[in-house]
Amino acid sequence: MSKRVMMKGNIALAEGAVIAGCRFYFGYPITPQNEIPEYMSSRLPEIGGTFVQAESELASINMVLGAASTGARAMTTTSSPGFSLMQEGVSYLAACHLPCLLANVQRGGPGLGNINASQADYFQATKGGGHGDYHTIVLAPNSPQEMMDFAILGFELADKYRTPSLILSDGVIGLMMESVEVRDDYKPNFPSKPWALTGCKDRPKNVIRSLWLDQDGVPLNNDKLQAKYREIEKNEIRYEEYLTEDAEAVIIAYGLSSRISRDVIEHMRGEGHKVGLFRPITLYPFPYKRIAELAGKGVKKILTVEMSAGQMVEDVRLAVECKIQVEFYGELGGYFPSEAEIYKRMKALLK
Amino acid sequence: MTQNVIYERPESMVDIRLHYCPGCGHGTVHRLICEAVDELGMREKTIGIAPVGCAVSAYDYFDFDVCEAAHGRAAAVATGIKRAMPDHLVISYQGDGDLASIGMGETIHAANRGENITVIFINNANYGMTGGQMAPTTLVGQVTTTTASGRNPLTEGYPIRMAELISNLTAVKYAVRTTVADVKGVRETKKAILKAFKLQIEGKGYSFVEVLSNCNTNWKMTPVDSNKHVTDVLAAAFPPGVYKDEYKE
Repeated sequence: MSKRVMMKGNIALAEGAVIAGCRFYFGYPITPQNEIPEYMSSRLPEIGGTFVQAESELASINMVLGAASTGARAMTTTSSPGFSLMQEGVSYLAACHLPCLLANVQRGGPGLGNINASQADYFQATKGGGHGDYHTIVLAPNSPQEMMDFAILGFELADKYRTPSLILSDGVIGLMMESVEVRDDYKPNFPSKPWALTGCKDRPKNVIRSLWLDQDGVPLNNDKLQAKYREIEKNEIRYEEYLTEDAEAVIIAYGLSSRISRDVIEHMRGEGHKVGLFRPITLYPFPYKRIAELAGKGVKKILTVEMSAGQMVEDVRLAVECKIQVEFYGELGGYFPSEAEIYKRMKALLK
Repeated sequence: MTQNVIYERPESMVDIRLHYCPGCGHGTVHRLICEAVDELGMREKTIGIAPVGCAVSAYDYFDFDVCEAAHGRAAAVATGIKRAMPDHLVISYQGDGDLASIGMGETIHAANRGENITVIFINNANYGMTGGQMAPTTLVGQVTTTTASGRNPLTEGYPIRMAELISNLTAVKYAVRTTVADVKGVRETKKAILKAFKLQIEGKGYSFVEVLSNCNTNWKMTPVDSNKHVTDVLAAAFPPGVYKDEYKE
């Protein structure tokens, strides 16, 4: 049986991880995601889990690496400056094929920035972020409900592909309260992990590594990583469409921007405009193909709305290969796009 | 004719040639760790952490599970492993650049939390793998590839004495410094490692074994001279001894 509870997005993410069977949380305080470590510090000990307040984000991501290497479901969460500090560890986690859940509840940047919501870490999240050729699976929730659901999905995908999953959220989605359906009946499926460091009883030793000094080791590991990314791109693309069937112009937006944009679409439909909303849910893998299909079957114009100087819009332009008009509207450094401004831009686009 | 085996390769040590420079102390300490793991019957319940530096290849030589750690992060990785596998023996093996420079934060805080792990710290007063640059433990006046005129304390500070520093933390149960430059030192090192592992297995808490070792290649000395240098010079700056032992026998 599931039940409905009023929850903050950050708490929903934390409880979602608990439902997914996560019993190891390592983290360092940073606003606007502090509800997550605070909640986990009391919730995990209740159920035999472990919470460690690390001395830095460098330490927390490497504690996650240690716990994940034993096969445990482990996680950390942070916000933008903290996620920059974690990039070294994320690269190692990806290189070592270690599953785990990460969340970046984005705030304004660059630098220390501010503590308002932002979407300026899209490049860092979707193009790797650290050194080397790797990706993490990137899920972009736009509600507290999805904060919970994607924590569960994130662990499932991480284990399925032996790779880190990242929830790319923002300070508004993290702090807003909404009614959330809590999946009390969910039974986590723990796959067997013969590669995990559990002691070499009745088997040869296991080694978790990303260094090979011989000629072929690193190219071979890269081949494995790339083959895995092709599988993920084939199987795991997720998106949501709203009134796109007959749309001639669509807004493409994710996370908080998609919620604001949806209201504008609703309003403009009331005025008789053929407009729709396309919301990428997985930012990696990105729904290039579906956006190209929309462009090929009637959509003539696209407005991309982001809380950044224009990051996802590059992927949208790649998707349509510049065959149709793609405009951009962004607000920077912690400002939100307003419905009035999105409406104005859409009206201009339709002229 | 009957033969008595009095010395053999530990089961925990893989039977291959080490890549370390001939005369290097790493091989000796690897062997002592493997002997101790075997004597305690822990091979199948041991998880090692290999650092960045010459000893990253420890996973080629230890015949038990090993996790590689990023430069300096071994104590954080060990924390994650131990919290998930509390009944396993977790050994973090680190050099001086790794433990006392880039990983100082992780080192101190894992010790301060009293993580029930054992840290084996190889101090050879320079960065071996990258070619002999200054380490936090480089002696005053010591010539390295980044201190061509010798370490100048006015601009580069003084060697950090890790065993002393660690022993000041309340949660630390056992902190010692030994050498592997001579037979007596090797025996004391073995005794210290064995004790540290036993304390961990008994759930007694954090243990730290600093081992003074040589780096004959980067010091540009013969193995024999480099061991003499450890005894005469390094050990004078970093006195061997028991700095903390809450479980004296």
